[in-house]
Amino acid sequence: MRRTPAELVGAEPGPAHHIDFDGRPVPALPGQSIAAALWADGVLAWRTTRVGGRPRGVFCGIGACFDCLATVNGRPNQRTCLLPAEPGTTVTTQEGHGRADLAI
Amino acid sequence: MPTSPSDVPRYDLAVIGAGPAGLAAAVTAADLGLRCALLDAGRQTGGQYYRHPAPGLGAARPDRLHHGWSAYTGLADRLAAHERAGRVGFLGGHQVWALERTGDGYAVHVTLGPEAADRATVPAAAVLLATGAYERQLPFPGWTLPGVVTAGGAQAMLKAGLVLPGRRIVVAGSGPLLLAAASSLVTAGAEVPAVVEATAYLGYARRPGVLAAVPAKLVEGAGHGSALLRHRVRLRLRSAVVEAHGTDRVTAVTVARLDADWRPVPGTERRIDCDALAVGHGLLPQIELATELGAATRTGPDGAVALQVDARMLTTVPGLWSAGETNGVGGADLAIAEGELAAHAVADRAPRPALVRRRARLRAFAELMAAAHRPGPGWTGWLRPDTDVCRCEEVPVARIREAVEELGAGDPRTVKLLTRAGMGWCQGRMCGPAVAWLAGSGEPGPDRRPFACPVPLSQLAAEQRAAAEG
Ligand SMILES: Cc1cc2nc3c(=O)[nH]c(=O)nc-3n(C[C@H](O)[C@@H](O)[C@H](O)COP(=O)(O)OP(=O)(O)OC[C@H]3O[C@@H](n4cnc5c(N)ncnc54)[C@H](O)[C@@H]3O)c2cc1C
Ligand code: FES
Repeated sequence: MRRTPAELVGAEPGPAHHIDFDGRPVPALPGQSIAAALWADGVLAWRTTRVGGRPRGVFCGIGACFDCLATVNGRPNQRTCLLPAEPGTTVTTQEGHGRADLAI
Repeated sequence: MPTSPSDVPRYDLAVIGAGPAGLAAAVTAADLGLRCALLDAGRQTGGQYYRHPAPGLGAARPDRLHHGWSAYTGLADRLAAHERAGRVGFLGGHQVWALERTGDGYAVHVTLGPEAADRATVPAAAVLLATGAYERQLPFPGWTLPGVVTAGGAQAMLKAGLVLPGRRIVVAGSGPLLLAAASSLVTAGAEVPAVVEATAYLGYARRPGVLAAVPAKLVEGAGHGSALLRHRVRLRLRSAVVEAHGTDRVTAVTVARLDADWRPVPGTERRIDCDALAVGHGLLPQIELATELGAATRTGPDGAVALQVDARMLTTVPGLWSAGETNGVGGADLAIAEGELAAHAVADRAPRPALVRRRARLRAFAELMAAAHRPGPGWTGWLRPDTDVCRCEEVPVARIREAVEELGAGDPRTVKLLTRAGMGWCQGRMCGPAVAWLAGSGEPGPDRRPFACPVPLSQLAAEQRAAAEG
């Protein structure tokens, strides 16, 4: 079996907790970003684009590209590569500009 | 809670960016008796190079993902001692969105926290910009698919979050970061079927004298090389990923040979299956905080625009200093040397001659490397009319070509106004180089954005009110 990143650095993280991703629990380790927790769960996309409706997730990983936006705890357009995955964080796939509920 | 300038004591020096350059500058300046604020948008020090897991992940051996980790722990220990003594204040989670010159110094305007909910102003007599760089991207068909990430982003997600985007990851583009990324990825358990590099690395070999003068760089290169050899990673030179395939995520890439101008050679395509692609074409200095104040720039041999500094690391704006990648991309060792040099100059102390020589040597090597990895004009040969250039606004090549060829747009600004390319969230950071190229101006001009990060409108309104009242 191949080694994992956690094994490489001898990580002994605190107990995992869960975040809620589109109504489903996703495990997260203390200190991980929301995007990292989603990657660890095999999820690569959590947004669809405004024009083409295409799936997007992390691109730059450092807060520069804004591709990783999602609705977090009800607030749209949050950069998940920067936000920590805290216990109980709710992440919702974002469609378009994320403000569909406000459209009249 | 918002703070007004009068609430906060004035610092002798505000260092923006706690990467290798900013860290070295802050601790050196404090050694020399200055009171410093060290600000970073992130919560931890280390910047891109020394990015490391948050404490909660309990990593016993973070050094296994880093060359020269002890250099970081040395700086971090010195910082902690200065913090205890009240000589340096580390302000994590502080994103600087504007610098304002006041009568005899600076007001550093920041937003607080990842959601940028609050703001503050940090007053300082002088400012040192150490904001590093971001990656240069060149679009290709399929680059917006999930699973296609930047090479530095793959590094960052691995180093900070201990996660990988996939199991079989192709690494592609150009520049030394590709080797660093590939070697971390394989060491952390990913399979890397190929590192695809657009150049032949020949640029470095032309001036062996410069290389020999920087043995540490060679050792680091050899270290990456041996990890890559051990894991049987294939290095494909003079080649590029010309297309990423997949519908909802990347499942394969097409790699083609390039000619000396980076033009894909027809008939050389081959497909490589993968579930992720890490791609980047070098780095671009992040300098808009300085260019907004009118700081002069220079275009480096890699075509990237950097700040112009003198031998003391002073920009052309009084009291505004710069160290590290903001002066032209050159790696962590150079960033540290420049941070130390700048700190001496701000404290008005003469640096050791050995430090001056070391910086000159490392900078010469950086320029050499930059020249070798400068993108060739033929890269546009892998674009298709429907390839998105601007990721944010989803503007394809065809619309940009139409603006240039039929509507007569001759510069990136006009293209932007006609197509919206570069007007989205990232403010053109991802598509800027490509748009400039397609607009016929070859390389983009100096990085100029009114704000270094998105600022909530409520905050701008508050600033405007304050300005009107003051
Ligand atoms: C994503 C990425 C990954 C990289 N990974 C590697 C690697 O693995 N190996 C390698 O050799 N090189 C890597 N590099 C190259 C990197 O630039 C190093 O050479 C080195 O970290 C440069 O040091 P620096 O101090 O100049 O800047 P950086 O290390 O980039 O530090 C700049 C710091 O400034 C902060 N900052 C920027 N703007 C603001 C602002 N407006 N307000 C507040 N803070 C701000 C950033 O958060 C960052 O911590 C990477 C670069 C990038 C962009
Ligand atoms: S991945 Fe680029 S901003 Fe989060």
